[in-house]
Amino acid sequence: MKTFAELNFPGRLIAVEGLDGSGKSTQIYLLKRWLELQGLKVFFSEWNSSDLVKSATSKGKKRELLTPTTFSLIHATDFADRYERQLVPLLRAGYLVLCDRYIFTAFARDTVRGCPPKWVRGIYSFAALPDLTFFFRADLEVSLHRILDGRPELKYFEAGMDLRLSSDSYESFRIFQGRILEQYLSMSTEFNFLVIDANQRVEAQQSLVRQLMSARVDLSQYVLPK
Amino acid sequence: MGTTRRGPASPPQPIASRSVMVPKPTPKRFYGHGIPGVDLEKLSGKLIVIEGADGSGRSTQIARLVQWLEGCGHATVQVGLKRSTLVSEELERAKQGNILSHITLSLFYATDFADQLENIILPALKAGFMVLADRYIYTLMVRDLVRGMDEAWLKNVYGIALVPDAVFYLNVPPEQLVQRNFQKNHTLDYWESGMDVGLSRDMFDCFLQYQALVEKQFRRLQSTYGFTIVSGERSVEEINAELQEKIEVVLVGK
Repeated sequence: MKTFAELNFPGRLIAVEGLDGSGKSTQIYLLKRWLELQGLKVFFSEWNSSDLVKSATSKGKKRELLTPTTFSLIHATDFADRYERQLVPLLRAGYLVLCDRYIFTAFARDTVRGCPPKWVRGIYSFAALPDLTFFFRADLEVSLHRILDGRPELKYFEAGMDLRLSSDSYESFRIFQGRILEQYLSMSTEFNFLVIDANQRVEAQQSLVRQLMSARVDLSQYVLPK
Repeated sequence: MGTTRRGPASPPQPIASRSVMVPKPTPKRFYGHGIPGVDLEKLSGKLIVIEGADGSGRSTQIARLVQWLEGCGHATVQVGLKRSTLVSEELERAKQGNILSHITLSLFYATDFADQLENIILPALKAGFMVLADRYIYTLMVRDLVRGMDEAWLKNVYGIALVPDAVFYLNVPPEQLVQRNFQKNHTLDYWESGMDVGLSRDMFDCFLQYQALVEKQFRRLQSTYGFTIVSGERSVEEINAELQEKIEVVLVGK
């Protein structure tokens, strides 16, 4: 598998990964604002957000129709839709594409749900690797607190309730997130994750992200045409 | 009284003509890793697949097979493409608008297939039903192969599929398919003509060229997946008789 740079795309894809509550969405939002304010060509894409597929996904989730296999396939469909129709054309046009979650989310979640890792990776083999992957590593307890302190209504699949880890959704969420964290950590070296300590203050993390970004990507190449 | 010898009074026997043959279970397997957590030993039913182009007579044959199987006392269930609760509506919408790219459409179909596999096919086989599939993964693979997709990728995706007990491919030459499609609805289907592949701007030419490519891919897959090619250029009755004969062999465990 190659990165977009290795495939000679003029654009660059930057992905953020991490547990729910790791603060990754805040960080990628701030990164996006920073790039936009410099007048650069930026596009942001979120996991599970393609319109057509979303209707099926939400129906499946609402009615608890999804199995690990269909859960995996429907998210792959969503990803493929965004990949083929948005990400690739924009990267061809020399955009900086920011992705809140990328294929590693599927690798981690689907594997925890019991899908064979080789099968999952095979499905996503059409996708090139990000040029930079920031992994926001917070202590499990910290991410759990960020989500659970508000005592939110945890969604069935979000809490991993389909895995029957516990009949208590909070307990299930804890175990599920712990297993996902293990999966992320085991992928970290293989996929060159840039690990950011997500227990730090928002500003401290953001300055590290911006430093790494400007050190590794020549931002002057991505100025919006006047 | 006569000399008829009579044995001791025996318990009432089921009447022979009404006795229903119990199909012999045969070992099942998946093409790849399959679906996690399925006990293959418990799948006592039979999975019978009918493949073929639109107009090859698939649905007519399946309707007759259902009649025949039910008449013989077997419980049946029918599945087909684009019939899942999960994504069939969305898939239909996507096809109407022709807005999805290849990999996306392919994965959408795979999702539709997986949903029916897990929620209908496997439970029905576990309950000992005869499952009749109007098309299976082969059509899906062939359509993608014609569109230049990677075979290894497709094989990995469909490694979830159960190997059927029998697969029949109703073979009808493209020239005849055209005639049958016109007889039925006086029009050629956009997708069945492969208009998205852009072989020709003329729909008629496109249909013929596309169906020829499809047939070629089916014949190529036949060597890997070993399905039975049945000539569809005969009367409905003749074809059905052949199918029944072959399915009977499957029911007794080959």
